Amino acid sequence: MTARTDVEDLLRELAPQVLGVLVRRCGDFDDAEDAVQEALLAAATRWPDEGLPGNPRGWLVTVASRRLTDTWRADQARRNREDLTAAREPATPAQPSYRDDSLALLFLCCHPVLTPGSAIPLTLRAVGGLTTAEIAAAFLVPESTMAKRISRAKKHIKASGIPFRMPSPDQWTERLRSVLHVLYLIFNEGYAASTGPRVARSELSNEAIRLTRTLHAGLPDDPEVAGLLALMLLTDARRPARTGPDGELVPLAEQDRTSWDQDLIAEGSALLSAVLPRRAVGEYQLQAAIAAIHDEAPTAEQTDWPQILALYTLLERMTGNPMVTLNRAIAAAMVHGPATGLAALAGLDTHLGGHHRLDAVRAHLLEMDGETEAAITHYRLAAGRTTSLAERDYLTARAARLGARRPL
Amino acid sequence: MKYLIMMTYSSDDGVPPPDEWTPDDVKASWAHMQQIHEELSEAGELLAAEGLAGRETAKFVTSDGVNAPVITDGVYPEAKEFLAGFWMVDVDSEERAIEIAARTSAAPGPGGKPTQKRIEVRRIMDAPAPEW
Repeated sequence: MTARTDVEDLLRELAPQVLGVLVRRCGDFDDAEDAVQEALLAAATRWPDEGLPGNPRGWLVTVASRRLTDTWRADQARRNREDLTAAREPATPAQPSYRDDSLALLFLCCHPVLTPGSAIPLTLRAVGGLTTAEIAAAFLVPESTMAKRISRAKKHIKASGIPFRMPSPDQWTERLRSVLHVLYLIFNEGYAASTGPRVARSELSNEAIRLTRTLHAGLPDDPEVAGLLALMLLTDARRPARTGPDGELVPLAEQDRTSWDQDLIAEGSALLSAVLPRRAVGEYQLQAAIAAIHDEAPTAEQTDWPQILALYTLLERMTGNPMVTLNRAIAAAMVHGPATGLAALAGLDTHLGGHHRLDAVRAHLLEMDGETEAAITHYRLAAGRTTSLAERDYLTARAARLGARRPL
Repeated sequence: MKYLIMMTYSSDDGVPPPDEWTPDDVKASWAHMQQIHEELSEAGELLAAEGLAGRETAKFVTSDGVNAPVITDGVYPEAKEFLAGFWMVDVDSEERAIEIAARTSAAPGPGGKPTQKRIEVRRIMDAPAPEW
């Protein structure tokens, strides 16, 4: 008997390695992925009762290869390709390491030809070793729908003819950015989950952290990979305090800081301080640095807002992203007062007009400024426009609270 | 992003009810809808799609939680619009949801002429909650 969770952890670690071996052997990502998924399912059923085989990875490779051969035998039209593959094999140079294979797979699944909606489930299945059912549950869609989406993503990759190897130097920046973006989205989907089975969803954050750890282990010198991992850890540390007993959002300033995970904060901060002085600072490092400042403040009042403002100013200059400008306005208000923050929002109506987040920030700053009526109006506007249930409840409650305090 | 795409029957949109169409027109309309269904399904975008039973079978229920609920039969005869069916989809963008809605609106009616029904597209509240 082997504990089911131990088996699951092992399978997730081995999944991309086994897939890497098969893809290199047969050159067909689509078929290889199906075969590995079947082998993983077989192992997940058998190993907890029968115990681990002597060489778990070898077992999976054997079972998956057999499935692949069965598939191909069943498909007469592919006979020729088998010969082709056999002919191609000796040309493979040195055996790449399992870690290299896992990374190459991650870059393949997060390729910019795929939309995030396709790349996310494909990555979770092919690299993360999750089953289609688990992914479907996490995204609250029927399993058959998720199966179609994954299969379509694989066909898209196949049709694009993207080779199974690490990107070339001239594509490196774009491809890495795409990988980091997909991992960040997976993390956020789980961290910020407000609907559905909480456990299934928070699993996504853990999975994103695990995958980013693998990426960091393979690319230890990349400052943005370290920055993203630090950002995830420093954000995830606050998860226990982020929602109240009924699932309601608790804003940062009101969170119980004693329930923040100090181990995660320490790990994230250490990663960040190792990488920050080293090279060109990137987006994820800056966001992580901001998260670290929040995490290290013993109380909300003791938050080092001038430092946060400086970081957002840098981030704004780097990205030109109006959402960053919004956050910078909040920091500016905390340092120089709400009037300064409101002035910083003035230019945003052209870019973010009608976006709930602009109304919500404006509402907060108006509330700080004592403009109760205007604050209520903007909270209501924001509540009507958000597409997050938890955020709507939060904004509605803010408006109601201000309304109740209003003198009759 | 998840969306609910709703088709409403309206008594004043100039399209006669399907029971007044020719069988071929009904068949063509059905084939059009079936094709949309299959495409959404193949694309991994379809979460659910249902047609609702006739308005005659509708019930309205109100309750104070204490006494027996008050049940009213049927959509009020004077109601000009009522929900006929819906698609629930999970797509990459609002543009895509609108594209799907447009295709359902262009479904053929009597004489093969597009019905141009007004389709309501509503976002489902599924976004991750941001930090505050």
